[in-house]
Amino acid sequence: MVREIDAALITETVARLAVEATHYLPEDVEGAIREARTTERSPLGVQIIDEILENAEIARTRMLPLCQDTGSAVIHVEVGQDVHVSGAYLIDAINEGIRRGYSEGFLRKSIAAHPFSTRTNTGDNTPGIIHTEIVPGDKVRLLFMPKGGGCENMSRYQNFLPGMGKRAVIDFVCETVDMSGGNPCPPLVIGVGVGGTAEKAMTMAKHSLFRKIGSRSHDAEVAALEDELLEAVNALGVGPQAVGGSTTALDVFVETHPTHITALPVAVNIQCHSARTKEAIL
Amino acid sequence: MTSYALTTPLLDEKISGLNVGKHVTFTGVIYTARDAAHKRLIEMADRGEPLPINLQGQVIYYVGPTPPRPGAVIGSAGPTTAMRLDPYTPRMLELGVKGIIGKGGRGPAVREAIRRHHAVYCIAVGGTGALLNRHIKSAEVVAFEDLGTEAIRRLEVEGFPAIVVNDCFGNDLLEEGKKEYRTSDRPIPPVKALGG
Repeated sequence: MVREIDAALITETVARLAVEATHYLPEDVEGAIREARTTERSPLGVQIIDEILENAEIARTRMLPLCQDTGSAVIHVEVGQDVHVSGAYLIDAINEGIRRGYSEGFLRKSIAAHPFSTRTNTGDNTPGIIHTEIVPGDKVRLLFMPKGGGCENMSRYQNFLPGMGKRAVIDFVCETVDMSGGNPCPPLVIGVGVGGTAEKAMTMAKHSLFRKIGSRSHDAEVAALEDELLEAVNALGVGPQAVGGSTTALDVFVETHPTHITALPVAVNIQCHSARTKEAIL
Repeated sequence: MTSYALTTPLLDEKISGLNVGKHVTFTGVIYTARDAAHKRLIEMADRGEPLPINLQGQVIYYVGPTPPRPGAVIGSAGPTTAMRLDPYTPRMLELGVKGIIGKGGRGPAVREAIRRHHAVYCIAVGGTGALLNRHIKSAEVVAFEDLGTEAIRRLEVEGFPAIVVNDCFGNDLLEEGKKEYRTSDRPIPPVKALGG
């Protein structure tokens, strides 16, 4: 039995998610920042954490975006294979939602139309970066992430020799965080994709950032690597806004995929402390 | 944490008292400028044209705010990554700028220029645009209106919070802080611009 979903509902939902994601810090993120306040060793780091918490309160109560960089609109949409979207093309419906949400929500439009040439602003924050996935069932799940430039620009990918194993992953993640310094706005949430191909690794790294802080991989070996990475990153001393401190990351998520016999692809995609995501299921 | 209150424009003797790690607040007028505005200002100066704002002793804030809601002064207005502006900063200091507010570290050439020109680089906490909005009392576009969010705005600020990262003695808070709190035995990689 095919279920009809009106494209207008998708548009309306995306517009709402854009506004909510940019104004309300997710509870798990705020909780992790509060927790970090109790363990941070640097007094200046604590001061910064206090300003971050106060910012979340002001954003929520005064309807001001948490950050002026309201991001590229990254949307991961899971479409049940028993769903039929009617009234408009799915991608157009999503972009219309971005257009509406960024305009009606007084969000910053940060998309340059041509990357290396004129760089004229598209004026409505479209097109979104839209990933679609066909899944079983008759629902549509929309995951929205306004992704800021400061952290996104610190992304890195490298392929290692297959025999280098998890040591290569840990070294690469630590080196990336160390070199990024204050640019991606620590405390960070770090997404890591290991395996697959180049684009698969980066997509996994990005997708992992939709997870809740404190969640762990179902694979015990991967979960152990997540713990080890979090400890290694927090030993770097980068700290809140890189002024030095014991809180460099709130969490590290790793997703893996089988890979070619010749390869060990590793991708890192960093999220700032304003780890904004919001989802809806239709 | 106690803060050190500063008023703008910045005086040389005040700058001498700003050591790295100091929490400060700015009160007075500051000017916003990002990549495109820097490029234009420097091109005008190089052609010998008069600049739309007098940069002597001024503080530049690297910010591209969200649009204000009706009746509001400005939207969310936190700092952007300073390293992107590194290619322009030594020239801006030559033109008289004394203070800069951004986020993240600066490259060696900028640190040296800040020392040479007896200036100061501070960070505001990145990702706190809503909190910083409350310290901005007025905002007016004074140049390059066509640049939209990147236009130069004259902001009147009150108690605007920031932290000194590069002082006029050549010190760097990020470098010192990392060493102080590092428990890892990994060697510290050199400062390298990774892009925006």
